[in-house]
Amino acid sequence: MSGPRTLFDKLWDSHQVVPETAEAPAVLYIDLHLVHEVTSPQAFAELGARGLKLRRPDRTLATLDHSTPTLPASGDGRRPYATPEAEAQVARLQANCRQFGVELHDWDSDARGIVHVIGPELGATQPGMTIVCGDSHTSTHGAFGALAFGIGTTEVGHVMATQCLLQRKPKSFAIHVDGELPAGVGAKDLVLHIIATIGVGGGTGHVLEFRGPAIEKLSMEARMTVCNMAIEAGARAGLIAPDQTTFDWLEGRPRAPQGAAWARAVSAWKSLRSDEGARYDREVRIDASKVRPTVTYGTHPGMAAAIDAPVPAATNAQEKRALDYMHLKAGQTMAGQPVDVVFIGSCTNSRLPDLRAAAAVLRGRRVADGVRMLVVPGSESVRRAAEAEGLHEVFTAAGAEWRVPGCSMCIAMNGDLAQPGQLVVSTSNRNFEGRQGKGARTVLASPETAAASAVAGRVSDAASLAAEEQAA
Amino acid sequence: MRPLTQLRSRTAVLPYENIDTDRIIPARFLTTTEREGLGRHCFTDWRYLADGSENPAFELNRPAAKGCGILVAGRNFGCGSSREHAPWALLDYGIRAVLSNEIADIFRSNALKNGLLAIVVSDAEHRWLLEHPGSELVIDVAGGFIELPDGGRFGFELDAFARHCLLQGVDQLGYLLQQEEAIRAHEQRHEAAA
Repeated sequence: MSGPRTLFDKLWDSHQVVPETAEAPAVLYIDLHLVHEVTSPQAFAELGARGLKLRRPDRTLATLDHSTPTLPASGDGRRPYATPEAEAQVARLQANCRQFGVELHDWDSDARGIVHVIGPELGATQPGMTIVCGDSHTSTHGAFGALAFGIGTTEVGHVMATQCLLQRKPKSFAIHVDGELPAGVGAKDLVLHIIATIGVGGGTGHVLEFRGPAIEKLSMEARMTVCNMAIEAGARAGLIAPDQTTFDWLEGRPRAPQGAAWARAVSAWKSLRSDEGARYDREVRIDASKVRPTVTYGTHPGMAAAIDAPVPAATNAQEKRALDYMHLKAGQTMAGQPVDVVFIGSCTNSRLPDLRAAAAVLRGRRVADGVRMLVVPGSESVRRAAEAEGLHEVFTAAGAEWRVPGCSMCIAMNGDLAQPGQLVVSTSNRNFEGRQGKGARTVLASPETAAASAVAGRVSDAASLAAEEQAA
Repeated sequence: MRPLTQLRSRTAVLPYENIDTDRIIPARFLTTTEREGLGRHCFTDWRYLADGSENPAFELNRPAAKGCGILVAGRNFGCGSSREHAPWALLDYGIRAVLSNEIADIFRSNALKNGLLAIVVSDAEHRWLLEHPGSELVIDVAGGFIELPDGGRFGFELDAFARHCLLQGVDQLGYLLQQEEAIRAHEQRHEAAA
């Protein structure tokens, strides 16, 4: 316990119920358990079969997001589920939450939405917490200085029954981001650049701490975008130390401490940063000023490059396979590739600033002929705020579809998907083969780049789109 | 979970790096509320052609790969989503062990909790395994070694607790439930301070 500690060390130490030994992992206390319909039914069933109660319903929060349709209910109230199985899965979560006393953000909740969007919005996500969910993008919540990571369904059952997990302590990995992001370059470009730098498995076994002047300048939503994709480098979690930006964002949210408790909390949260001289197991430095609009060209998020950079030659069989799948040849640029579908949404990029950025590009422009564009807000709260600003009108006037909140085409299990061979420019987090539909080709991008690509009908960043229009 | 002390089987090789959990079991099959029956969808987009027939070019469809219980895979196997449906699907398909020189964290944790041996081997051992599909191996959980067809052995690392649970068929929830007193003490300490 002596000596300077990293932020991760502090979070780990304060949640050890039983420290780890050579024989056994640590028993780690979990402050907040987020639950959704896909990875929970088997865990609830296990509790039921063993006659166990859910230990801390007050530390458990559930929502519907993955299997849910993003088209509205019809006049008779029926929702257009992709399959009866999807509807049954949602009904199962509703029944389980009733039976076990869990707060569920159901269809009628004005806070329903993607689990990693609503946790922070409600102020349930707070600095210094441990947060888990049966979903790998739980790393998102690390943006608040919480230790947050995805777990499997067996572990979901562990947390339900005991509020604890058995964990070995991962290693620490500092990602220092120096300098300043150029104009027109954002968090999504930065995190794709980081993953391309350290590799798709570069974070395996580690907790990443993003730090440095370029990180401190990011908004909370941008920080969430960065931490969200820590898992795409294989990391156990991503972290950013909380600061005034964090506190200002959280203050007054429904589940955040109020009054005198708020002042006490902020004072405690201010100690949640890595001490001077703290040692990390690994470190890397990134120069933010070198980052440009960045997109993926392959079939994992580490295969990313600047939008106008030549696609690198394949160095092995799987890279060749990836380029073949993407219908690309080495030396081509992603800029200019014809686009079929554009998706703006997901726990990576579906928050209000993301939608504003996309709308700013679309305002007064049209989605190109033959391109289908879906805009799916991350939550009901984002949807209301966007509609209050008239963003939905910008999208629909441009020819895009404005949908009901959910995971939608990011995971493509609710019926929102692309057809075989179609090229999708997507603000989501994974470009795996078939992720957005069997045979669909995914290009990960920022909301600005996605919107510009929709207008151009080809992969394009916003600055290039404007320059081309001026030249025309 | 049944105790697992030793596994003897032949290897099938999927040499690709970064085989993600969407590849193992696509999201469209995740609307199930059961653990069982996912084997028929395992690797589905590789395994079947558009008309639903088996894709003869897929490594695991080759006659020599049938019945192999040990999968040797390229680096970073199981990356991506936390879906436990991935190890459920592999087990139901008939895979009992996955060997690679790197295995994604969440997949590995999920696999071991279900009795699917997810074992990281050295680069040199990995290369040999990739080059010798169909090798009959003995994976000895108690001894912590893998025995090759020629009798040669190499050791592998496995967390002591995970090994104990595999050998005894212990379920980790039972262990956690026994920690109740310590858990309650932790809550009292921290919730009083808040």
